[in-house]
Amino acid sequence: MSNTNTPSTNSVRYVSTKVLPELPAPINTSGPIAWIRANLFATWRDTILTLLFGYFVIYALMALIPWAFLNSVWTADSLRGCRETIVGHSGACFSVVVSRFNQLNFGFYPSTLYWRPILAFVLMFVAFAPLLHENLPRKLLWFSAGYPLLAFWLLWGGSIAGPLMIIAMVVAAFLVGRAVSAAISPTIGLLAAFASMVIWLLFLQSPLTELFAGIIPIGLESVETSKFGGFLLTFIIGVTGIVVSLPIGIVLALGRKSDMPIVKMLCVGFIEFIRGVPLITLLFVASTLLNYFLPPGTNFDLVLRVVIMVTLFAAAYMAEVIRGGLAALPQGQYEAANALGLNYWQGTRLIILPQALKISIPGIVNTFIGLFKDTTLVSIVGLLDPIGIMNPIRSTPEWNGIVWELPIYIGLVFFIFCFTMSRYSMYFERKLDTGHRS
Amino acid sequence: MTVASDFAEPSEPFRIGMLFNDKRYRSYTLQVITIFVFMLVVGWLVDNVIDNFRELGKEFSISFLWQPASYDINQTLIDYTSRSPHWRAALVGILNTLLIAVLGCIAATILGVIIGVLRLSKNWLVAKLMTVYIESLRNVPVLLWILLASTAFSAILPSPRQAPTLLGGGFVPTNRGFYIPSLVWNEGSLPLAFLFIASLIGAWLFGRWARARQLATGEILPVFWIRLAIIIVPTLLLFFVLGRPIGLSLPELKGFNFQGGLFIRNSFMALWLALSLYTAAFIAENVRAGIQAISKGQTEAAYSLGLPPNRTTNLVILPQALRIIIPPLISQYLNLTKNSSLAIAVGYMDVTGTLGGITLNQTGKEMECILLLMLFYLAISLLISAVMNVYNNSVSLQER
Repeated sequence: MSNTNTPSTNSVRYVSTKVLPELPAPINTSGPIAWIRANLFATWRDTILTLLFGYFVIYALMALIPWAFLNSVWTADSLRGCRETIVGHSGACFSVVVSRFNQLNFGFYPSTLYWRPILAFVLMFVAFAPLLHENLPRKLLWFSAGYPLLAFWLLWGGSIAGPLMIIAMVVAAFLVGRAVSAAISPTIGLLAAFASMVIWLLFLQSPLTELFAGIIPIGLESVETSKFGGFLLTFIIGVTGIVVSLPIGIVLALGRKSDMPIVKMLCVGFIEFIRGVPLITLLFVASTLLNYFLPPGTNFDLVLRVVIMVTLFAAAYMAEVIRGGLAALPQGQYEAANALGLNYWQGTRLIILPQALKISIPGIVNTFIGLFKDTTLVSIVGLLDPIGIMNPIRSTPEWNGIVWELPIYIGLVFFIFCFTMSRYSMYFERKLDTGHRS
Repeated sequence: MTVASDFAEPSEPFRIGMLFNDKRYRSYTLQVITIFVFMLVVGWLVDNVIDNFRELGKEFSISFLWQPASYDINQTLIDYTSRSPHWRAALVGILNTLLIAVLGCIAATILGVIIGVLRLSKNWLVAKLMTVYIESLRNVPVLLWILLASTAFSAILPSPRQAPTLLGGGFVPTNRGFYIPSLVWNEGSLPLAFLFIASLIGAWLFGRWARARQLATGEILPVFWIRLAIIIVPTLLLFFVLGRPIGLSLPELKGFNFQGGLFIRNSFMALWLALSLYTAAFIAENVRAGIQAISKGQTEAAYSLGLPPNRTTNLVILPQALRIIIPPLISQYLNLTKNSSLAIAVGYMDVTGTLGGITLNQTGKEMECILLLMLFYLAISLLISAVMNVYNNSVSLQER
């Protein structure tokens, strides 16, 4: 060891021979005080804003917490009962939500059969699960595919023959489509499959159902659609619209980008027409006009008519969102698909759509949320969704004069579902982001 | 084989199968099939309509528009009595729709911009509160907000007898509606109005001149303050010289109700408030996205060029952010206009309430009324889209 590095005591006055212990950072640069200073009181303008908004928040909470939690009544049987319980304070009367809870959620669905909508609701999450989490076994997708029929059967009841015949129809259409596309071309195969479904629905469905209903005696008690209401109706309309509008929207978007002028024109006309009018006018069409467009004497269910209109409405918006995704893809992707020798449907299915749909996820989910909220408009054409039930409840003698409680419950349910959807889409987007930008 | 013949089109004779398999003919085949199916469906629908009309003994005509409407409308911007024809009722409705749409767009834009900017604030409390506002408004149906506002107004506000007069008697909230002062145009207000318009033009001309001067000499004038002075000072002077020709009429309680002033119905207020608050949440998100899309380098570049912060915002950030903000903003305007048709839920007589509501029910002309109603909304939408396209073309990046 050489001594060259050792300082001599003569030339340097002080040398620390041991490492000093680490000290905490000064109190005004880290920890809660620093956070408060940086985020709440950074400048005089921030200070004023913080004080102003802070006062507002505290004031609102001071009014809201006693009203909604401390003084609220949950068990009275009328508004008068509520008022007698909370003399002298102001308090919420959530008893109305408690006493009309079933009506708000199920409408006039027979109360002995509540297990059916509840089961359908729970199974809905099972059906959506494999679409939302890719870790789950892929076999579950078969359950997702069959879920619409199962839910239909659970909600409306009737013989099981109807849903079974629909499955038979899908199988038949698939076989026809495969045979035709092998023989002629994939596009024609698709058309043939579609046409065979239409023919089945028009001519075969009801005789076959009647035939098999006699043979297979399994069935559930039938429930008429007029009994459906509350959030049950919201979910039926919303979820059907969401599930059906996506494929229709994809087809419309592809049609709009197609190089066949007639197909393109029809798609553009449809999309722009639907997007140009308010949903309420389309619901008027469903409630008053649709019967004019069908053969005299046909009269089918208002709920079904409304579902069709809501679905078409959402499909037009969906088409625009997906068109945005298609337009955002570089032209090279289309050319690459062609260069690989893929035909139109193969290229679209394997190369174009996966990327385009990924780009459009935020827009798609926004459309879903919008559709889910727009289901409330059906109350205007007389269906008893939660908002349609709200006014009759408010005009009963027991609950006359109630203002906030029902909208709070309804709004809260909508908020929970819409907010979850939007957060999930953000998460999904991050997960699918393969990071081309970074 | 020569190279040229490799690339030559094969001169096969035409076969039927080629209609489906050959790329050259396939699109024609498909389009012919499409148009055939389309015509078939349309023909079927029209045939059904004709059958149904014949069966019900109806005929398709819009002559009912010239029959007397025989119903009253509680808010009219033009002269209207119950003896006026249906078309006039529809026109009243259209004007009411446009009124709510324009006022709603203005309020929603102002609110939305403020909230969007505040959401980006460095102040934690402010940013979080704005997030709470946006998320809670956006995730609840607008119809619920409209109904809530309407019921809250009529349930909570006092009756006219007990109503407080706020802002020096200028603003009276009651459970029937709101009273605000109205303008009274006395003699001499015409020249005042002319002068005001003239000063607006003057201010605009001054702005042009100041810009030209800045381009020529580099000198910057306090344009904003001078413009403000040009607009306000002459008008104010003339206002006093002429002896205050424009006055205010304040609402006064007479008997059971207020007289004077301007009466705004609860239905209008509820619709306006709910639509603007709801749309403001969406606009705020657009504004936030637009501002965030401008990279930080733009601000830094402007600072390094020596621009002060407010000129950086005005000359560098805003013009770029607006290009991103405006298209979704206009589609929010469209949504607001279409959502204003929910007026029917609170009894505000917009075009859906008159033409698509009472007129439809009274005349039984569902087909005609709803078609006209859709036509009106379509026209508005296409008009706004056209304006938007013109704007987009004028501000889009000129790529070279």
